[in-house]
Amino acid sequence: MDGNVFVFCETDNGKVVDISLELLSSGKKLAGKLNCQLEAIVLGNNISDIEKQISKYGVDTIHIADDSRLDPYLTLTYSKIISSVLDKHQPQIVLFGASSIGRDLAPRVASTLQCGLTADCTRLEIGDHLEKKTKVLYKDLLLAIRPAFGGSIMATIVNWDMPPQMATVREGVMKKEVFDENYKSDIVNIDISDLIKDEDFVIEVLERHMEESKVNLKEAPIIVAGGYGVGSKENFDLLYELADMLGADVGGSRAAVDAGFLENERQIGQTGVTVRPKLYIACGISGAIQHTAGMDESAMIVSINKDENAPINKIADYVIVGDLNEVIPKIIKSFHKQAQ
Amino acid sequence: MCPINKKNNRMKPLKIVVLAKQVPDTRNVGPDAMKPDGTVNRAILPTIFNPDDLHALEFALQIKDKIEGTQVIVLTMGPKRAADIVREGYYRGADYGLMVSDRRFGGADTLATSYTLAMTIKKIGDVDMVLAGVQAIDGDTAQTGPQTAEKINFPQVTYVEEIIGLGNNEITVKRRLDKGIEIVKAPIPVLMTVNGTFDKCRSRNAKKLLKYKYARTNTELAREEDYIKEMVEQRPYLHIPEWNVEDIEAELSKIGLAGSPTKVNKVESIVMKASEAKVLSDSQEDIDLMVGELISSHVIG
Repeated sequence: MDGNVFVFCETDNGKVVDISLELLSSGKKLAGKLNCQLEAIVLGNNISDIEKQISKYGVDTIHIADDSRLDPYLTLTYSKIISSVLDKHQPQIVLFGASSIGRDLAPRVASTLQCGLTADCTRLEIGDHLEKKTKVLYKDLLLAIRPAFGGSIMATIVNWDMPPQMATVREGVMKKEVFDENYKSDIVNIDISDLIKDEDFVIEVLERHMEESKVNLKEAPIIVAGGYGVGSKENFDLLYELADMLGADVGGSRAAVDAGFLENERQIGQTGVTVRPKLYIACGISGAIQHTAGMDESAMIVSINKDENAPINKIADYVIVGDLNEVIPKIIKSFHKQAQ
Repeated sequence: MCPINKKNNRMKPLKIVVLAKQVPDTRNVGPDAMKPDGTVNRAILPTIFNPDDLHALEFALQIKDKIEGTQVIVLTMGPKRAADIVREGYYRGADYGLMVSDRRFGGADTLATSYTLAMTIKKIGDVDMVLAGVQAIDGDTAQTGPQTAEKINFPQVTYVEEIIGLGNNEITVKRRLDKGIEIVKAPIPVLMTVNGTFDKCRSRNAKKLLKYKYARTNTELAREEDYIKEMVEQRPYLHIPEWNVEDIEAELSKIGLAGSPTKVNKVESIVMKASEAKVLSDSQEDIDLMVGELISSHVIG
């Protein structure tokens, strides 16, 4: 396939967000393997310093549309502009972050371009695909790898006949790495004057603010849970930090809730919610039956406990004997070190 | 219940299509659902009404409660057993149900699926609002909603978790984003995808359950006993329409496998259960070992 690798860079208050920087690094590697160039698309208002932020990730060309009408993000304006840029430049690969914006935008763009899109990838590689029916070997395709079926399988998805190959990628699974501090990008200003029309502004954003999500432990694929052994409400911050990194939710035992470390709605067990995540990390939970009744069907259980003989260790897959205040930071460090 | 002003009751009745999918219940893929070789035993997983789509149905019913004369149509695409979804919709308060079912739709990815749904919505005609769950639990792609919106040329609002207001041919809703919320006002017609944080769907209504228990598609009727055939003939509301490729006037190159750009190259099962607990120390080496194993088995990362 011909064409370059394109990355859509999402901005927040003029700053390119982490997931986009991770994608630039990942896109640079893919472009290296394909011997093509890396291009970025950035839309927003007052984003003239974008070059300073992203060139160093090895971006060869930056397509910019800087216009007051492009803040806030609107599906219709963004999808129109991006579809038009992609249609004009015919890239072979296009990457979006699997954020609320990326997951709103990418499918609309893919539908406009009538191309394939693989959602929520956790790994991207370049490889070949042998089509069994026709015995045709397609070389150097994007292998978009993602969990499916509730996380119980990993599927590798390819698209050889309806370009570009598009994917959204989860935050935090790719490493952002500066390619060259002095890298220079070509800047292309996108002419949006003929592209966007009044009818693209029919959806009006009235308000936008930060707000804690309602807790939904039952649907969480990973849960970091704490017991009385966590010791204090403040110590739970460490559990939240681990959960944020893993895309997990935080829950706890009744003892932790009764002690005021945690809100009621996060209680797991007989008198709380019953959960069956694919991974349950129990921190300082001894494992009374009232608690384990609500989580013993978890697919994988990690127990972190000072007491090697804590009852929960009997149903755990991994037991780490130690103080959670030391163990959790080590897990976080280890994850950063080993994640792709 | 959504706060909607009384005066808005005079709003024109809406024709709402709810996209609902029958899915295998992947939420409870525990060790029991795994075969000895570590692959998923799909046969023992029950099929259910996709959870997010139930929230979308509730969204539609809340509007119906407020705007008299509003019609709620449950549309499902799938094999013949997916008629369960239409019946479930009836039990909970939908006015009409419709199946799109044809072997030639099989193997569709989200692009081909959204084309099929879009052609069906066009065929239904004069639709004011299309609602769907944010995503289906068997694929978790969240793509079919936005792609359908593009194809029927509706604006889209994704991740909706609350109706704030309705009136003057506009709807105001709260969206759930990664880090916060957004309140947006959208004109009608519009397509919205409804989040799992929206109000839980109302339960089945006993009267409706009795009324629609024998609702059947023609395919289903062919295998039923005569008294059920007669009953459906006498009561047309029990007949669930079943549309095929020709009914929705779809192009064969855009449906099923042929219309699907994304193809599976490889599937790797994740072995869910380690046999015995590994007891580790709190040393960095031991923790690296565990994290490495969790990453390589795709439990995390």
